[in-house]
Amino acid sequence: MSQATLAVRRISGHAGPAPGDDVERDYQVCKLIDTTTCIGCKACEVACLEWNGYTFTDTVFDNSYQTMPETAWNYWNLIKFNEHEREDGSITLLMRKDQCMHCADPGCLAACPADGAIVQYTNGIVDFQQQNCIGCGYCVSGCPFDIPKFNPATKKMFKCTLCVDRVSEGLEPACIKSCPTGCLHFGSKDDMKDLAETRAKQLRENYGIEKAGVYDPAGVGGTGVIYVLHDVTNPEAYGGLPKDPSIPWVVKFWKGPAKWIGNLAMLGGLLGVTLHYLRYGPKEVHDEDAKNGNGGRP
Amino acid sequence: MSTSHVISSARTTGESGGEILRYTLGERVHHWLGALFYTYCLITGLAFWSPYMFWLAAVVGGGPTARFWHPWFGVAFTVSVGWMYKMWRGDLATTDTDRGWSRAIEHYIKNDDENLPPVGRFNYGQKLFFWLMFFGVLLLLLSGLGLWFVESIPWSLRWLRYLAVTVHVVAAMATIGAFIIHIYMSVFTEPESFQAMIHGRVAGAWARTYHRLWYEQVTKGRSAEK
Repeated sequence: MSQATLAVRRISGHAGPAPGDDVERDYQVCKLIDTTTCIGCKACEVACLEWNGYTFTDTVFDNSYQTMPETAWNYWNLIKFNEHEREDGSITLLMRKDQCMHCADPGCLAACPADGAIVQYTNGIVDFQQQNCIGCGYCVSGCPFDIPKFNPATKKMFKCTLCVDRVSEGLEPACIKSCPTGCLHFGSKDDMKDLAETRAKQLRENYGIEKAGVYDPAGVGGTGVIYVLHDVTNPEAYGGLPKDPSIPWVVKFWKGPAKWIGNLAMLGGLLGVTLHYLRYGPKEVHDEDAKNGNGGRP
Repeated sequence: MSTSHVISSARTTGESGGEILRYTLGERVHHWLGALFYTYCLITGLAFWSPYMFWLAAVVGGGPTARFWHPWFGVAFTVSVGWMYKMWRGDLATTDTDRGWSRAIEHYIKNDDENLPPVGRFNYGQKLFFWLMFFGVLLLLLSGLGLWFVESIPWSLRWLRYLAVTVHVVAAMATIGAFIIHIYMSVFTEPESFQAMIHGRVAGAWARTYHRLWYEQVTKGRSAEK
């Protein structure tokens, strides 16, 4: 990030233009997950814990190879294992590395009420700032992928940071480093998109996997984590990857028009009672008995 | 004639006839506890509602503190409203005179109170306020539990998460509207009712003007004594 702003634009006493001056830079970073070459080894799960300083938590057996049913506040990277019946009746195991998708249009950020608790960097990483988090859990309602998780001990929300601390130093995220099959890639969004499309084309044309395609959902403006799927028409089969995710309309309405309708209604109420007071003033007691001098007694 | 004259004349003459007990100590304590709980939820709720009001969280100890206590004060307010129901339910049922009163509400708004039918201990507006708060707080509690334990709502039932947000906002807005009118009426248009909620007593003339049926009921015994 900071290095990018130090790219040289002009050089004194230099023959010709500065090298790289005409280069168009893509600051958007992206993780590419090729589910067709994932072997479910969970090295990425371990690397994630190691780099982020979490100890291994107890696994939850649920009749599959999956470590636990969902990601957790201290378990940001989870391979979801799903048995899937192919059209010819044979069984395959779909494996998808689940984590924060780093949406271009993040629902968590839209829903968050705390100033500065969620930020989106220019490189597209969506990052929680726990020092500003109030632990309300609104991000849970905003996220179309069910990713943010609450730490009951610190009362803060946590999720995958896309290893922003590594990326800002020019390193790949920890999960990428650990992948033994090379199914994980990291680079600029354009490069990863190209690589993904190339791989999907290869799967369609060379392997006869006709529905192979790239998952980069437009409903959230595209994501900073994209998948190559064997069957891009059925992402739900990969452990509930939503087919067409977007920020829930309730959340959009709540954080958009409802805010101004509500604020205007409250101001209107205050204005209304003020005008009423100016027009009619306080009520006065009709004190006939006091006039008659008996002190209001019956 | 001001109402304060009535009270002072009653005091100077040493007679209690000028004043009537409107709220017992218990009623006042429960009212003000409810007021405290609601106000806390209002301040912190507004902080969570809009970034332009997030500074309100700082007033009550900062965002995380506000977030921690908001639901607990909400539970406390629910209990408080339940207690008020227990105390006042006898006076809160809608009566035939309420229907007449609500048809003539224009006179109430225009401070034309002599054109209103006689009222019992609470007028229809006060009853409506109570019932709005009563059902409002029930909805706020139910939806609030959904927001409080949002992760306990499974992903497959996530519509409940969105329903909770919607209901909480709508119910909160309804109670805020009622709350504005409640404060305005009691503090500004009928300051004596604010005093009543503090000291417990009202002037007989005030009671006769605004709550004639109740006044007649509570003074019947006294008149008979004389």
